[in-house]
Amino acid sequence: MLDISTWFNDLLAGNTIFTADTLGYYWEGLVTTTQLVFLSLVAGLILAVPLAIMRSSKHKWISLPVYLYTYVFRGTPLLIQLYIIYYGVVFVDGIQESFLWPVLREAFYPALIAFTLNTAAYTTEIFRGAIKSTAQGEIEAARAYGMSQNLMMRRIILPSAFRRALPAYGNEVIFMLHASAIASVVTLMDLTGAARFVYARYYAPFEAFLFVAAIYLCLTFAILFFFRYLEKKLLAHLRTQDA
Amino acid sequence: MMLLFFGGQIGVNAISDMLYYSYDIDIYINFNAFAAGVLTIGFIFGAYMGETFRGAFMAVDNGQIEAGKAYGMSSGLVFRRIRFPQMMRHALPGLSNNWMVLLKTTALVSVIGLTDMVRVAAEASRATHEPFTFLLPVAVAYLLIASVSEWIFARLQKHYDIGFGGQ
Repeated sequence: MLDISTWFNDLLAGNTIFTADTLGYYWEGLVTTTQLVFLSLVAGLILAVPLAIMRSSKHKWISLPVYLYTYVFRGTPLLIQLYIIYYGVVFVDGIQESFLWPVLREAFYPALIAFTLNTAAYTTEIFRGAIKSTAQGEIEAARAYGMSQNLMMRRIILPSAFRRALPAYGNEVIFMLHASAIASVVTLMDLTGAARFVYARYYAPFEAFLFVAAIYLCLTFAILFFFRYLEKKLLAHLRTQDA
Repeated sequence: MMLLFFGGQIGVNAISDMLYYSYDIDIYINFNAFAAGVLTIGFIFGAYMGETFRGAFMAVDNGQIEAGKAYGMSSGLVFRRIRFPQMMRHALPGLSNNWMVLLKTTALVSVIGLTDMVRVAAEASRATHEPFTFLLPVAVAYLLIASVSEWIFARLQKHYDIGFGGQ
C-alpha cells in the first residue's frame, strides 16, 4: 500500500494540474457519470419494453399515445428536456411539501429523470423496429402451434427482437454516455463538470478537457467491447460454420 | 476514423468548451463562439456522415459500375450518373438520422456561450422563474424543425427511390 502511494506521488511530482486533489474530482465525476448513465439506462430499458409492445399494437388508441411520447422526446433536444425538468420540478403543486422533495431538490434526480425518459423514448423505437421486423414465418409458426398472443410475444417475438435490437441498442448506450456530459450544466459534478472545475481553477483547457475526453473514450470502448461480446454470444446461431 | 466516430460526441461538450475557452480567452485570436460551435459540430458530424456515405457507396452494386464502364463512361461520369444517385438512395435514412441528431446537438452551443434559442429561454426562465413559458415554445420549435425536415427527407427518399418500384 505504501509502495503504491509513493509510486503515485512520484508520478504526480512536478505536475501542477493533475494532483491527487484534482484526480479526486475526476474520480467523483466518473462515479457520478457512471451512476447516472447506468441507472437511467436500466430504468429506460424497463420502461421501453412495455412501451415498445404498446407501440407496435394494432389498436390506434394504444399505439398513438406512445407514438406521441417518443415523437416529443426524440424531436426535442435533451438539453431542453433537462432544463424543463430541472427548473420545472419546483412548480409541481405541493411537491415541496411532499416526502419526495429532499430527493428531487438535488440536481442528480431531475437529471436522472430527464435521461431516463429520453433514453426510454429512443429505446422504444429501437425495440419497435425489431419487433416489426420479426419474420412473418416465425409468427405464423407460433400461431400454428396454438400459442396465445402473450405466449407468442414472450417466447417468440421478444427474444428474437432483443437480439436484433442489440447493435442499435449498443449505439444508444454509447450515445447516452456522451449525452450525459450535459448534466454538468445543471450544477452536477459529473466527468465534464470535474473538467470544467479543473479548467476554471488552473486555466488549462487542453489538459482538463483532453484528459476527460480520454476517460470518455475508455468508457466508450469498454461499452463497445461489452456489446461485441454480447452479440457474439447471443447471435452465435447466426454465424456461418466456417467463420 | 473509429476514434472520431466513437469519441465524437464528447467533443461537442469537451472540445467546444476547450476551443472557446482557449481561443477566445487565452490567445485572443478573435475566434468567436459561433465559429467554434460550427467548426466543432461540423467536424464531428463530418465523421459520422463520412461513415454513412461509406456504407452507402459500398451498397451500390458492383455490376452497375462495371456496366457504366462497359458503356465507356469515364470514372467521373460513372460517379455522377451511376454511383452517386444510387448511393444517395442508401444513404438517405442514415443521413436523415444524422441530421436529426445534429439538430438536437446544436442546442449544446448554448453551453459555450452562444445566444441561441435555448440560451435565451434558459436565461429568461431563470430570471422570471417561469420555466414552462419560455422552454416549452423552444421545444415546440425544435419539434417543428424536426417535422419539416422529416417531410423533406421523405420527399427526397421518394425522389431517389424512383425506379425501385415502391420498395
